Amino acid sequence: MNRTPASLLAIALLSVPACATSSSPAGATPQPAPDLSTTAPNPDPRVGLRAGWMNPGEAAWNLRVVSKTPPSEKFYNPSTPGDRRLTNSDLAFTGKFAIQGNYSGVQVWDISNPSKPTLRIAYVCPGSQSDVSVYKNLLFVSGESTSGRLDCGLQGVADSVSHDRLRGIRIFEISDIENPKYLTNVQTCRGSHTHTVVSDPKDPANVYVYISGSAPVRSPSELPGCSGAPLDQDPNSALFRIEVIKVPLAAPEQARIVSSPRIFQGLTAPPRHAEPFDSARAARIAAAAAANPGAAVRVTDGTVARAADTTRPARRGGPTQCHDITAYPAIGLAGGACGGYGLLLDISDVANPKRIAAVADSNFSFWHSATFSNDGSKILFTDEWGGGSAPRCRATDKYEWGANAIFTLIDNKMTFKSYYKLPAAQTSFENCVAHNGSLIPIPGREVMVQGWYQGGISVFDWTDPSHPKEIAYHDRGPMDSTKLVSAGSWSVYWYNGFIVSSEIARGLDIFELLPSGFISRNEIDAAKTVHFDYLNAQEQPKLVWPPSFALARAYLDQLARSNGLAPARVSAVRSELARAEKLSGNARREALTGLADQLGSDAQGSSDQNKVRMLAAAARDLAATPR
Amino acid sequence: MSPVRASPPRVAAALLAAAIAGCGSAGPPVLTPAAQARADGGRPPYTRADVDFMSGMIGHHAQAVVMAGWAPSHGAGASLRALAERIVVGQRDEIALMQTWLRDRNETVPDGGPSHHLMPGMLTAEQLARLDQARGPEFDRLFLAFMIQHHQGAITMVEQLFGANGAAQDETVFKFASDVHVDQITEIEFMSKMLAALANPEKSP
Repeated sequence: MNRTPASLLAIALLSVPACATSSSPAGATPQPAPDLSTTAPNPDPRVGLRAGWMNPGEAAWNLRVVSKTPPSEKFYNPSTPGDRRLTNSDLAFTGKFAIQGNYSGVQVWDISNPSKPTLRIAYVCPGSQSDVSVYKNLLFVSGESTSGRLDCGLQGVADSVSHDRLRGIRIFEISDIENPKYLTNVQTCRGSHTHTVVSDPKDPANVYVYISGSAPVRSPSELPGCSGAPLDQDPNSALFRIEVIKVPLAAPEQARIVSSPRIFQGLTAPPRHAEPFDSARAARIAAAAAANPGAAVRVTDGTVARAADTTRPARRGGPTQCHDITAYPAIGLAGGACGGYGLLLDISDVANPKRIAAVADSNFSFWHSATFSNDGSKILFTDEWGGGSAPRCRATDKYEWGANAIFTLIDNKMTFKSYYKLPAAQTSFENCVAHNGSLIPIPGREVMVQGWYQGGISVFDWTDPSHPKEIAYHDRGPMDSTKLVSAGSWSVYWYNGFIVSSEIARGLDIFELLPSGFISRNEIDAAKTVHFDYLNAQEQPKLVWPPSFALARAYLDQLARSNGLAPARVSAVRSELARAEKLSGNARREALTGLADQLGSDAQGSSDQNKVRMLAAAARDLAATPR
Repeated sequence: MSPVRASPPRVAAALLAAAIAGCGSAGPPVLTPAAQARADGGRPPYTRADVDFMSGMIGHHAQAVVMAGWAPSHGAGASLRALAERIVVGQRDEIALMQTWLRDRNETVPDGGPSHHLMPGMLTAEQLARLDQARGPEFDRLFLAFMIQHHQGAITMVEQLFGANGAAQDETVFKFASDVHVDQITEIEFMSKMLAALANPEKSP
């Protein structure tokens, strides 16, 4: 235990009851001095937080709560907690707006002042789970539930077969953000649980949407051609495929399905790591069976044979669907989280993704989503064991279950390295499992923020894929102290300097990452130089850092931390950067070029040559930046 | 299938009343999801099929918990014990979810023991006794075959629910039923591979 008084104070401050009904601009309170310790608070203040809906106990470490904003009053009924119709879901961003899905529609928040987000519109259009994406002036919203209506009505769809039902993608025109125009929709056989907007650099006239649906296939009487039959009975089965929608940007109302790739075809069991099937034991069994035909007969007699036969309506043949696909167009790949598999897809032909690798994992129950490292050399998959409705972070739940699995990705081969799971035990009244997150653009490192439902949000470093480590968090107590009431962070993403979280029951949370013993002020400042015009986390953007002194100092801080440069050399470089920053014109250019040259020589003898070269390149880029 | 508690016309009338009350006499009634939720007490209409599904699945899950609970004492292999433990944890939590849903609606709440009425895929008393008598490799093989049968039954129950008029309109029921559907299909595939590997150990997954 090595906690500074300042951090104790921070925890104490953050543990007081939250403001119940309004945004709470935290800028009013003085910021405590940064906690530069690298030891997590112990005991973990997330354990034992008081229950409550809008006033639960809270704990935070290395994060500042910038604002907490309750949902639009159209989607908020304080008299009944846990009404699933009013669930806040995923987030997308465009310009100064955060677009937040809700099972009953969409909310658009202006977050240009992150301490006081303002609601611009709450658009009512029920149909879970309302996953949202934006592209230019278009908004895409997923509909999967059987109660979603074409006319956005609240009354549901009573008939099991009905032409009023919408299951698929809704497309809105949002040039006037306060007046979304419902352009069209594309209906699919299983509806859209999630979707992935994929832009194609070679095809700027169109944008593509990959649709993943998990619910049962609907009747062909409702949507012609839909079949839930096994593939060997019906080659047109809506199972075992995804749907690709093409949206002409000049005429988005003509959006339609252009392909239904069977990306699971021929998928055989890929190698599993971690306690795979016990082959030695299986061999003994086979040997025993061979030596004792009677036993073999016994286990294939009538009853059991019939039981085994019931598997033949071939739920076999790989997964029937993906839960989610993360496209990374900059490297031409996508990570598909599909049934019991993590897939690597080649998306160089965007309309026709092709599987190029697959992994399975005996600890993984339900592959949920993927995140690539910025350089594409690693991939992280999540396991949403229990679908997000269950409490899977109790002290009794295994660390490897309902966690993230981190793989290296080299020459299209994925190799398992480790698991990461929220390290704070939650109660049995808190739904908790790995869910949505994104990279925080700390240069030279893999740092990610992730929502764990009522486990709160966790920031962790997976630069070393074998040793991921939590470095910041925020958590609330359960909604209710007597039963599980669904809530928590559905998704949390870094967007232009802030961390924005969609809280299922409590609205929109915005956080700021604080400097700590793990992350320096310079690294955070460098992260804040990365600007997105828009963000859909499912279409991972390539992070590019513009030249800045913060970037150079971020690398320098990392070299100080790793001893990649001797302390005296770190000080000298720091001084030289400070001197150069005060100069201008030729003098600055010469100072920075000189520094870059020296660093080039330093790299030879460094234990962290790459990082020294990145620092040298940062200095050289700065030299080339006129001032 | 008629709704159990609130028929759509009654709900609509209540909503309208609530919306008018909320807006006063001036201006047209604006019906929002929140106003709808206040009007129906946060409990969207549901049908007998929903209740039958949620209570029937409790007994169905409970049998899976019993079967999986035998793995440690019946000499199951390491992989099977891990699978069985996941089934015990997963289906127990889901039983709690179904019980909460029924309790919140003042419906009869099954106690979480295996139901005597056999839902689709459930093992007969004879099958159950055979599994209980099996040990070691034979237990593994029987367990996988029976649990695949059991899971197929759960999928059938979901598909029957979705085929019933008015059912699965409640988001909790829809989400839960969809999760059961996709989770158990995934698990069936996993178990099929384990079963195949038992027969052909050199092709172990």
